[in-house]
Amino acid sequence: MSAQPGTIALSLIQEQRSRRDARHERLFRWLLKGCALLVLASLLGAAGATLWGGRSAFATFGWHFLVSTTWDPGNDVYGALVPVYGTIATSLIALLIAVPVSFGIALYLSEVAPAWLRTPVASAIELLAGIPSIIYGMWGLFIFAPFFANHIKPWLTNKLGDQPDDGKLSWVAQHVPFVGKLFGSSYPFGASILVAGIVLAIMIIPFISSVMREVFQTVPTRLKESAYALGSSTWEVSWDIVLPYTRSAVIGGIFLGLGRALGETMAVTFVLGNAMQLSASLLDPGTSIASTIANQFSEASGLQKSSLMALAFLLFVVTFFVLLIARLMLRQLAKKEGS
Amino acid sequence: MSSIYLRRRITNWLAMGLSMLATLVGLAFLAWILWETLRQGIGALNLKLFTKITANGADGGLANAMIGSLIINFIGIAIATPIGVLAGTWLAEYANRTKLGESIRFLNDILLSAPSIVMGLFVYTIIVLPSTALTHGSTSFSGFAGGVALALIALPVIVRTTDEMLRLVPSTLREAALSLGVPQWKLTLQILIRAARSGIITGVLLALARISGETAPLLFTAFGNNYMAINPIDKMSSLPQIIYQYANDPGDDLHAMAWAGAFVVTMFVLLLSLASRLVLSRSKVSHD
Repeated sequence: MSAQPGTIALSLIQEQRSRRDARHERLFRWLLKGCALLVLASLLGAAGATLWGGRSAFATFGWHFLVSTTWDPGNDVYGALVPVYGTIATSLIALLIAVPVSFGIALYLSEVAPAWLRTPVASAIELLAGIPSIIYGMWGLFIFAPFFANHIKPWLTNKLGDQPDDGKLSWVAQHVPFVGKLFGSSYPFGASILVAGIVLAIMIIPFISSVMREVFQTVPTRLKESAYALGSSTWEVSWDIVLPYTRSAVIGGIFLGLGRALGETMAVTFVLGNAMQLSASLLDPGTSIASTIANQFSEASGLQKSSLMALAFLLFVVTFFVLLIARLMLRQLAKKEGS
Repeated sequence: MSSIYLRRRITNWLAMGLSMLATLVGLAFLAWILWETLRQGIGALNLKLFTKITANGADGGLANAMIGSLIINFIGIAIATPIGVLAGTWLAEYANRTKLGESIRFLNDILLSAPSIVMGLFVYTIIVLPSTALTHGSTSFSGFAGGVALALIALPVIVRTTDEMLRLVPSTLREAALSLGVPQWKLTLQILIRAARSGIITGVLLALARISGETAPLLFTAFGNNYMAINPIDKMSSLPQIIYQYANDPGDDLHAMAWAGAFVVTMFVLLLSLASRLVLSRSKVSHD
């Protein structure tokens, strides 16, 4: 039996094959890595492209761009303060409303509700997260803003504002500082910073509450049971055990919601009124970075286009850091779980 | 003693009541939004919407916007799926505990909620502006550019689900294949991705649901077109963009059509998320 030549041929084939496999392996590895690097490239590219597009605005106005309230396409002078204020004000209102409501929902779904109710209610709330933002915008524009203008706004301006219809200032407007200014408005429509904040709040509630619910469920049962055994009430367990244990992740979830709110375009554009003015009143229309871009970019050119790009750069950088904090905070709890 | 006890009980009742109220408020707004979309949308539905184009205004339909939406979404998913699946595979299989892998996973999570309008401006800069130079003409918005913008939004969703699903595949499967001498690329493509297939499909469906309602990135990329456009290098309209345009118009007839469009988009998105859940739950059963 001459096994020798056959073995040699076989080992040759094997060697060829293993060499080919190694080559394919290298190619495959580089292909995968290239695709993963594209994720990095799109983040850097978005920052770079907007910075490049906004270079002439930054060069022309310098730091003044950030603090100027002028937005005057006629004279080609632009400042970012009005849209920046609108973005921050609407997002903060959204957080003020969304954080307690989300906490309530998460608490109800993880500690209070009967087991059979938890999954359906949680999926229903998550359904709210799936609705496209333009639907929120339409609902806000056609349904909620008119409802607000007819039923809620008159009450606010008369009871709290400094410009009531009958001219008689309420006790609150006279004695509590700032409140009169915040709720005084002679503008008859619903679209305003407050309404935009409320619509944003409804949009981010499902995000914040689902993060909170998830992290509340990671609290070890023995911790909660020990507290119950000592006679704590459900509320005391939630406030003194669950919340401190999950604090960093809860803050992370809130920042995640803030990141969403800052960058949201469509829901806000419909209900903000798009007025380039700085008003102390929450019931007056305003504008935000994203809605300014959405409204003006297609007709803009030259320095105006560059200023809009510069606004986009600001928005991107701010959201990036907000989301960065959010993810770092969320990761802290994951680490605690792992240890 | 009993007064402290009573106070604690009252606090507890209050807190429980408020948490239930918060849940009811959340559900009420969900019901309100869905109800209005259904009521106004179904009222405005008719055959014209699906057969006529937006050039006819209030007497027309949304046919070109629907076709445009389908084409742009298809381009977006067709670009994002291979890149996203491969990138997610790299994160899960090749770079799971490396520094670069961890950083890209982290940045991908940030990209997941980055403002979509900035992504639109990014694509405007890298595709619309250069193609303007090529055509020597006015700014050349295109359905293709819109597709790329949507791909950037779909990408992180697909990367993340692929990554998560592959890491759920039991390592015994990898060890069994490697011990038989299967090269790693073959193991990845033929065994692991197949094992995680339903999870990956779920991710793609979720990404599709996410992008089919996106409006902001399309405003400066696909731009809009009142006529039927099939060729992706033409300007193209999409349902969300037409909804935006019609809702801002003062005419009541156009508002009704915007509601009809909103109804179609919402139903599409909800059906997609339902389908993705079904795919995932069926796969769970088959693994047992």
